[in-house]
Amino acid sequence: MIPELGHFALILAALVAAVLGTLPLIGAHTRRMAWVALARPAATAIALLITFSFACLTQAFVANDFSVAYVANHSNSLLPIQYRIAGVWGGHEGSLLLWILMLSWWAFLVAMLSRHLPDAMVARVLGTLGLVAFGFLLFILLTSNPFERMLPGAEEGRDLNPLLQDPGLIIHPPLLYMGYVGFSVAYAFAVAALLSGQLDAAWARWSRPWTTAAWIFLTLGIAMGSWWAYYELGWGGWWFWDPVENASFMPWLAGTALIHSLAVTEKRGSFKNWTVLLAISAFSLSLLGTFLVRSGVLTSVHAFATDPTRGVFILIFLVAVIGSSLALFAWRAPKVGLGGRFGLVSRESALLTNNVLLVVACATVLLGTLYPLLIDALGAGKISVGPPYFNAVFVPVMIPILFLIGVGPFARWKEASIPEIARALKWALAAGIIVAVALPLIYGQWSALTALGLFFAGWIVASGVLNFAERVRQTRAGRSIVATAFSQPRSFVGMHIAHIGVAVFVVGVTMVSSFQDEKDVKLAPGESVDVAGYHFTFHGVKAVEGPNYVAAQGVFDLSVDGKFVRKMNPEKRNYHSSAMPMTEAAIDAGLLRDVYVSLGEPIDRDKPEGEWAVRVYYKPFVDWIWGGCVLMALGGLLAMLDRRYRVRSRAAAIVPAGSQQA
Amino acid sequence: MNRYVWILVGFAGLVALLAIGLGLNPRDVPSPLVGKPVPAFTLAKLSEPEKTVSPKDMQGKVWLLNVWASWCVSCRQEHPILVEFSKKADVPLIGLNYKEVRGDGGFDMAKMPADEERKLAWQRANKWLAEHGDPYKLTVMDLDGRVGIDFGVYGVPETYVIDKAGVIRMKHTGPITPDVLGKKIMPLLAELNK
Repeated sequence: MIPELGHFALILAALVAAVLGTLPLIGAHTRRMAWVALARPAATAIALLITFSFACLTQAFVANDFSVAYVANHSNSLLPIQYRIAGVWGGHEGSLLLWILMLSWWAFLVAMLSRHLPDAMVARVLGTLGLVAFGFLLFILLTSNPFERMLPGAEEGRDLNPLLQDPGLIIHPPLLYMGYVGFSVAYAFAVAALLSGQLDAAWARWSRPWTTAAWIFLTLGIAMGSWWAYYELGWGGWWFWDPVENASFMPWLAGTALIHSLAVTEKRGSFKNWTVLLAISAFSLSLLGTFLVRSGVLTSVHAFATDPTRGVFILIFLVAVIGSSLALFAWRAPKVGLGGRFGLVSRESALLTNNVLLVVACATVLLGTLYPLLIDALGAGKISVGPPYFNAVFVPVMIPILFLIGVGPFARWKEASIPEIARALKWALAAGIIVAVALPLIYGQWSALTALGLFFAGWIVASGVLNFAERVRQTRAGRSIVATAFSQPRSFVGMHIAHIGVAVFVVGVTMVSSFQDEKDVKLAPGESVDVAGYHFTFHGVKAVEGPNYVAAQGVFDLSVDGKFVRKMNPEKRNYHSSAMPMTEAAIDAGLLRDVYVSLGEPIDRDKPEGEWAVRVYYKPFVDWIWGGCVLMALGGLLAMLDRRYRVRSRAAAIVPAGSQQA
Repeated sequence: MNRYVWILVGFAGLVALLAIGLGLNPRDVPSPLVGKPVPAFTLAKLSEPEKTVSPKDMQGKVWLLNVWASWCVSCRQEHPILVEFSKKADVPLIGLNYKEVRGDGGFDMAKMPADEERKLAWQRANKWLAEHGDPYKLTVMDLDGRVGIDFGVYGVPETYVIDKAGVIRMKHTGPITPDVLGKKIMPLLAELNK
């Protein structure tokens, strides 16, 4: 009964979404206030219905209702409760339900937090979100119903994919989806602005915090996924340029460009077309990612069972959403003014260059991701594009971006002077050089790429600190330095924290790729192996039993300079439901390094008490990669909470349309 | 016509590419073994455990090799098609049972002696064929999966078409569908048997 209620709530939600996607939009156009006023209640109703529906599916998982086909395929009565709940989004149907749940929550938040916006604008934004929600609900109901019954019901479920039975699964998809779906709000704001013809600074100010919020979630979601791959897959890698990773990375790049472009549109009224196009692109790339993952056109470690009818449906949806908004853009864009003029050397120029570079980076990722498909479509054979391509094209594009991070904050709007910037940044240059020389010396090996990466990290941090100090000096006006420092606008502090996050990330990537060490050895009990000064002694394996698996657990002692540090217990797990053994690496994490041991296979299958293949890693600064992402997200959070977005005055709305146009 | 229309043109190209992509199968990986002689093996027969079989015994015939195991869920999907095929077609279908016990996650191989594994494998394979029907002329048992490695078994089930000279002519990964059987395997068998 409960699954049927959930299904029914989804159908109702689709009907309400159809109303939300039409009447308020028409009402805003024809100035029928009664229709406009429908937008907020309709968005609220959709959020309630979908939340209820999601709760119904969760209930089916918690109660082990194996007469629901989706539950039978993705759960098991032995599965621990937290994975039964996370199992709701462990497969295709449920992850789509999670997607639409997130969309409905975003729309609900827009409805709640938009009291200061003109009603017609809110109606257009929510109406656009309603159309997107309608298409997605239709997709779920017609091709991927998670509530489908299987009669007679199965006695036991097939269990959740063991790879997904990890705390990472509980957090990673919801974060990622919040980000993906969150760009729909920026998209809806852009479409609403195109529909109304009011592309102005006020519009940019409204959509900025929403865009930043989505970007924060996406940043954390991607970082979480990367960390999960690092500790769960047992290969010691943190990014594989897998099509599905790329699918999440492309909207991130477009979203990062969008955040910077919105800043210019808000402050200077420029780049309006760019900004709108980026807003459309960020969400379009999210949808494209969904298509690539769900349709099975690309092979990937993430691919669920695929079904061509689903692919066709998503493709039609993609054409409708992206095609119509691009057409709207092509129609409206030529009439949009250019905004404030700016000189060749100015903050606008720096941000424009940054935008172009991010878009180029995004395009190279897109090309690499779709290239195998293109070659296959031309009948020219099967190829795969791997990390060498991406590293070769991606890194060179990033280098000027890292350079500009240091320059941008020092460049004045409109017209900046190179000598002035150079004077301000000479100490940042010195700091970069010191870091680039000193760190490799400590680690005993110097290479040009290592030095370059470390140089930029030092450069970014030092320029951020210098810029902050200069601002404090200028705004001090007799107050104490500390008080002035703490009274800086949050968006300014947030910008520097996010940029320092980039520097931290760069240190992590550079150090780990330059100085990591790994050893692949055969070990008999009592033998030991050394990697980078860490001494691992193997004491054999013992059998352990988990709730739904049996495992061979290795017993290792880790010691440094003859001193015992800790025990490490990597596992090789055999889940009852799967033929694939899973590796659980044991990691000793630290601020300056991780050491990592993972258990391979016994050398002689019939003698598990004998020799085992063992892999040990030394990963310097690897946690800085994710730490940097957390800092970026934290910076975004501060920027989003800046006071000016919360001022409840109607000032923003009063700015007459087009007043910023030159 | 304004310059922004070019964005739409680019998008249309992308859509066309994706539409073509939907019709392709990225898993259709060409096997390096196609066109090569079938790897040699000598494995025990399921019906007579004391006897062994090797590909030489099939010399001069066109035959099919199907990799299966009782723990393999997709094998159940293709099995009725194979049973139907074996009734109609005059082409020997050889089963290669792949890691019957080891492939199933439910056993702790560390604790299982070799003869027990053997006994259990035979028991399980026979029971499965009794339940679902036996389309195979004979089945050989690859307990430790070493022959599977020689064949480059990528995922069970897999099916190979081997010609009279003992050369692999086709490999299909994943369950056989009526479509694959009718449009690819049958025409190939007819051609090879000419």
